Amino acid sequence: MPETASDKIPVTVLTGYLGAGKTTLLNRILSENHGKKYAVIVNEFGEIGIDNDLIIGADEEVFEMNNGCVCCTVRGDLVRILDGLMKRKGKFDAIIVETTGLADPAPVAQTFFVDEDVQENARLDAVVTVADAKWLSDRLKDAPEAKNQIAFADVIVLNKTDLVTPDELAEVEGRIRAINPYAKLHRTQRCQVGLADVLERGAFDLDRILELEPEFLAADDHDHHHHDHDHEHCHDENCGHEHHHHGHDHHHDHGHGIKHYHDEDMQSLALRTDKPLDPTRFMPWLQQLVATEGQKILRSKGILSFSGDDDRYVFQGVHMMLEGTHQRPWKDGEPRESRLVFIGRELPEQAIRDGFEQCVTT
Amino acid sequence: MTGGFDSTGGTASIATVTDRVKPVELAGAVAAVHFLGSVAAFVGDEETVTLVTPEGEATQLPLHAGAVLCVASDGRRVVTGGDDGKVVQLSQNGEVSTLVTDPRRRWIDNVALHADGAVAWSAGKTAYVRSGKGEEKSHEVKSTVGGLAFAPKGLRLAISHYNGVTLWFPNMAAAAEGLEWAGSHLGVTFSPDNKFLVTAMHEPALHGWRLADGRHMRMTGYPARVRSLSWSANGKMLATSGADTVIVWPFASKDGPMGKEPGMLAPLQARVTTVACHPKEDILAAGYSNGTVLLVRMTDGAEILVRKNDDAAVTALGWSADGGLLAFAAGEGTAGLLAL
Repeated sequence: MPETASDKIPVTVLTGYLGAGKTTLLNRILSENHGKKYAVIVNEFGEIGIDNDLIIGADEEVFEMNNGCVCCTVRGDLVRILDGLMKRKGKFDAIIVETTGLADPAPVAQTFFVDEDVQENARLDAVVTVADAKWLSDRLKDAPEAKNQIAFADVIVLNKTDLVTPDELAEVEGRIRAINPYAKLHRTQRCQVGLADVLERGAFDLDRILELEPEFLAADDHDHHHHDHDHEHCHDENCGHEHHHHGHDHHHDHGHGIKHYHDEDMQSLALRTDKPLDPTRFMPWLQQLVATEGQKILRSKGILSFSGDDDRYVFQGVHMMLEGTHQRPWKDGEPRESRLVFIGRELPEQAIRDGFEQCVTT
Repeated sequence: MTGGFDSTGGTASIATVTDRVKPVELAGAVAAVHFLGSVAAFVGDEETVTLVTPEGEATQLPLHAGAVLCVASDGRRVVTGGDDGKVVQLSQNGEVSTLVTDPRRRWIDNVALHADGAVAWSAGKTAYVRSGKGEEKSHEVKSTVGGLAFAPKGLRLAISHYNGVTLWFPNMAAAAEGLEWAGSHLGVTFSPDNKFLVTAMHEPALHGWRLADGRHMRMTGYPARVRSLSWSANGKMLATSGADTVIVWPFASKDGPMGKEPGMLAPLQARVTTVACHPKEDILAAGYSNGTVLLVRMTDGAEILVRKNDDAAVTALGWSADGGLLAFAAGEGTAGLLAL
């Protein structure tokens, strides 16, 4: 389970639909004068205009682990390449894995959860998704891969914002937020984003699971603070029953620029309680939940307060894989709240809510 | 061989020859060690090979412009593949030559040698064979090549990949044969009698096939991936890493290890990382994750301590062809030679 992650090589997964600007971002990262050296695993040689002997071509080879779990897929090529790269430890500071435009990020992330050798040497830093402001809304309708990439992201680089009107931008952001309200979102032209915003994020570092606030609330706190409660419920009780017939067109403008959409099949679900959880009920419930619904759950995260336990417990998961740890003692005056988020496809919302309620001590 | 007792740690009561080891200090981690005659060739994880004579004289030679990804030897030469897209040969006279440069500078993931002089290598999904006469052929499999091995008889190459192994006869027009088993197959080896084929899988298990009829053999129970395999001198036993004992599978009968328990030798509170069977006797050398090196008699499990644990894992072990010299390397290049 997670040790101090510092001596492990950080790995950033760079994803995004065809033409969104992944290569532009990659070239920027490699050419900027940051004094760091990156090993880059790419699918197409030649697109990178930078001379670097640590650019490695890969075929995205996904295989199922022989453990009877159908969504337990890993990138075999990545296991092999990371193994080879580790022989050159000390020659580079970090690794960037570029996926093809049609790739599902899950096997890449899962490789870091299941492969012992990979885990020993490297750690997943973040999934960064480059999205095309002009075309993403359309792709979310016709390309399930694009939706997966948004749902999976820790950081979204919303690129080509110069090609859209402010209204179109608000619309595409609204659609992104309907799927994934938790990712950091950066609006860019030609992928002009600070490298610190996409690299060394520590998004998979259990010690850095901070507040599980929807990102756009946290970012514009003064504007939306009073809406907090409403928003959260808006994503479940109030609107939950309408998902299936409303689809893409259900939105309401709260008058502060961000439109609220609901995506037909991909949602996030936030749970919260200020009463302690019973660990003897919660742990089996969570494990059972990911074992049965793990194919639908792309990402999960939580900060938990257990009864009779003075430590904060944190966990995260990708599909059926979970990892968790006692993070640190709760601080004096810190509200002992439990918060969980799930991002997934056709999440069985009510069942998750009911199951969670059963784990709350009364 | 000096007897006596070692008073430190968990190996308190076994015979030791640690005082007879000639220490060798190398510049970096070692990927593999092979003997060319009486000279040990310590192939580094990166760039170079260091030749060490029995007297301890060391000479460093350049091999690759980057990481060394794979190493093979037939006792007369050492051949390596690198992330610089090259296949490089080190001859017995110490001459280094580049055999192959991949035109796209792809990683050379695997190399294998045939007794008649042929060399095989792979880059991505393609396996290549160059015969002793210099004739080159290639064969593409459906996913990246995990391992290569020449059969002991005839010119036949086993190519492991996802979901099985392809048996390719480079000199025959006939289609390659496939042996299927779900999962990712990495290392591959033929039994010396040419009756069995064994792969080390991505998960902690071996898979085997009886070549006569393709019958499957599953060899499971390992806590970690098996990265080191070595056949005993008589070819009747396969010693493996991956557990906290050396796991030895019996291959003497026509059914191979099926229905039999493997031998479990030399248990320590550490994981076996490397094994190398003696070329003539039923003795093996085992290296562990804590740096221990043991000699183990395969018939009764008797142990002799060659190197005490010092925390860094053993990465390479090798015997000279006559069995008179053992070489080992651990950690970032702490190595040694033992004359028996």
